[in-house]
Amino acid sequence: MLEVRGMSKSFGARAVLKNISLNIASGEFLTLLGESGSGKTTLLRLVAGFEQPSAGEIWMSGGRLDTLPPYKRRVNTVFQNYALFPHLSVRENVAYGLRVKKISATEIGGRVEEALRMVKMQEFADSQPSKLSGGQQQRVALARALINRPLLLLLDEPLSALDANLRKQMQSELKALQRGLGITFLFVTHDQEEAMALSDRIALLRNGSLEQVASPREIYAHPATAYTAQFIGQTNLLRCEIMDGTARCGVLRWPTEGPSGPAIFSLRPEAIRFASDAAAAPGTARFRALLQQQFFSGASELLEVNCGGGQLLRVRISARGPLSGEHEFVFSTADAIRVQE
Amino acid sequence: MYSRTYKTLVSIPPLLWVGLFLLLPYALMFAHSFWTVRDGVIVHQWNLQNYATLFSKPVYVEVLLRTMRIAASVTLCSLLLGYPLAYYLSFHAGARKELLYQFVIVPLWVSYLVRGYAWKTILGSEGVLNGFLQYLHLTHEPVAVLLYSPFAVVLVLTHIYTPFVFLPIYAALEHIPRPLVEASHDLGAGSAQTFLRVILPLSIPGLLAGATFAFVLSLGDFLAPLLVGGASGTMIANVVQSLFGAALDWPLGAAISVCILLVIISLLLLTERLEKRWSFK
Repeated sequence: MLEVRGMSKSFGARAVLKNISLNIASGEFLTLLGESGSGKTTLLRLVAGFEQPSAGEIWMSGGRLDTLPPYKRRVNTVFQNYALFPHLSVRENVAYGLRVKKISATEIGGRVEEALRMVKMQEFADSQPSKLSGGQQQRVALARALINRPLLLLLDEPLSALDANLRKQMQSELKALQRGLGITFLFVTHDQEEAMALSDRIALLRNGSLEQVASPREIYAHPATAYTAQFIGQTNLLRCEIMDGTARCGVLRWPTEGPSGPAIFSLRPEAIRFASDAAAAPGTARFRALLQQQFFSGASELLEVNCGGGQLLRVRISARGPLSGEHEFVFSTADAIRVQE
Repeated sequence: MYSRTYKTLVSIPPLLWVGLFLLLPYALMFAHSFWTVRDGVIVHQWNLQNYATLFSKPVYVEVLLRTMRIAASVTLCSLLLGYPLAYYLSFHAGARKELLYQFVIVPLWVSYLVRGYAWKTILGSEGVLNGFLQYLHLTHEPVAVLLYSPFAVVLVLTHIYTPFVFLPIYAALEHIPRPLVEASHDLGAGSAQTFLRVILPLSIPGLLAGATFAFVLSLGDFLAPLLVGGASGTMIANVVQSLFGAALDWPLGAAISVCILLVIISLLLLTERLEKRWSFK
């Protein structure tokens, strides 16, 4: 549906995006995830037409997109701070896109009602945006963008200004809305949890380059790089030496394939368990470690354990009450995922 | 928090200043407008004679109307110059913005009088402009209407007050969040529609402030008509000046001043309400 081909963008001498190629399928919810300064918002603004690429092309539904001015693209944006017109009422804000296209007043009326009903804001139709809460402004911004029936909706950190509870609620509504309408969503966020919860696929950006593009489950289970493994969820990065088919990392030893030399493995905290909970099985590795810290978080708790020699590992277990002392732990060697630097 | 004594002490100087140099003169002017002059001496006898004279002699009303006409023309001309300039600087000047901004401000450093005399040299019958026109054989005689006419007054005042109109409009345009402009484009509006539907409405407070500056400052101006206005370009402030000066009729001059003051106060109240109506947070 949308195809970004070899696109780069520089502001002066600063390269913000470097040779990005990305495909988005029709009806897909794709998230651009990255730290601030990774170029995710710039990529979004290039698709919207607010910036011009320094190199590369953007195509949408078989037509060239990057040569069109923003007002001729069948793309609409939900802005980070909503960018509602302060001099117009909620109704006029939502009607804006239809009004500038000289659509008849009766049709506008009907479609505005429909759009406001979709985001449950009918009763606020005559309010001024400044009188609305953040969540309500968010809904109006969504209705205003969707009323033009875009092929692609761009969302620039739309939930970052909301408090935690409201954010969860809006996440679920956004997802339901996207499923219901079947519109392609290109969503920008720096919040990996949000990206995992909402997306069909995640495109992780790092310093203007794509680090990995994959579904949330895939990217979590098989991170390609150490950066991805650390950015998506929590992990233990194990810097090892492989020698004669054995990976050695401090006190940890487990058999592995691959040539000898240095290697990095990612081992998720939840992949490590108490040895007492697991029957001895082939393909597992055991180690003893001293409990240093315990962080309780409701259903589970996170342990920080010292394997000796200053090597710290994080272990996530289901909640089981205060612990102390030395314990034996076990992990399946298949869960130690080799990653690139 | 500050103590009561401290608050009282710091508020005394400004209160004294306003009282002595603003309220007291106004009160004196107001009182004078109800007194009369007999044999060159002011008689402290309360009456409405001055206001009766003011509205019965057509010359005063005529000059007052002409003054308002000139002020309105100046306002219109400086808006037509100042708004596009401010719009260009704020939205399209890019890296040259700072430099161009200084160019607009620099004329304010030059004395009003100097600029007035400069225009005299340009517009006079032996002046630069007439010389140029005759050199091109566009005219054979010097064009007399260039100097000593209401036209000349409007021209000079427009030149002087355009920066005053530019500044508040520029400030208002700079305060328009750029995402709003992007949102408008995003929703399908081109540049013209975006200007009319978003930028212009949001700059109205600045536009009103600028227009008020131009109108009020022009209304009370007496230097431009003195320098380039001639008899046909006389404005109400010149009348007041001559009444307080050569004619030695302070009470009538005070009555006219009170009238001008009332016009200006009602205008300010009106624009303040309009500005509130068009201010959004």
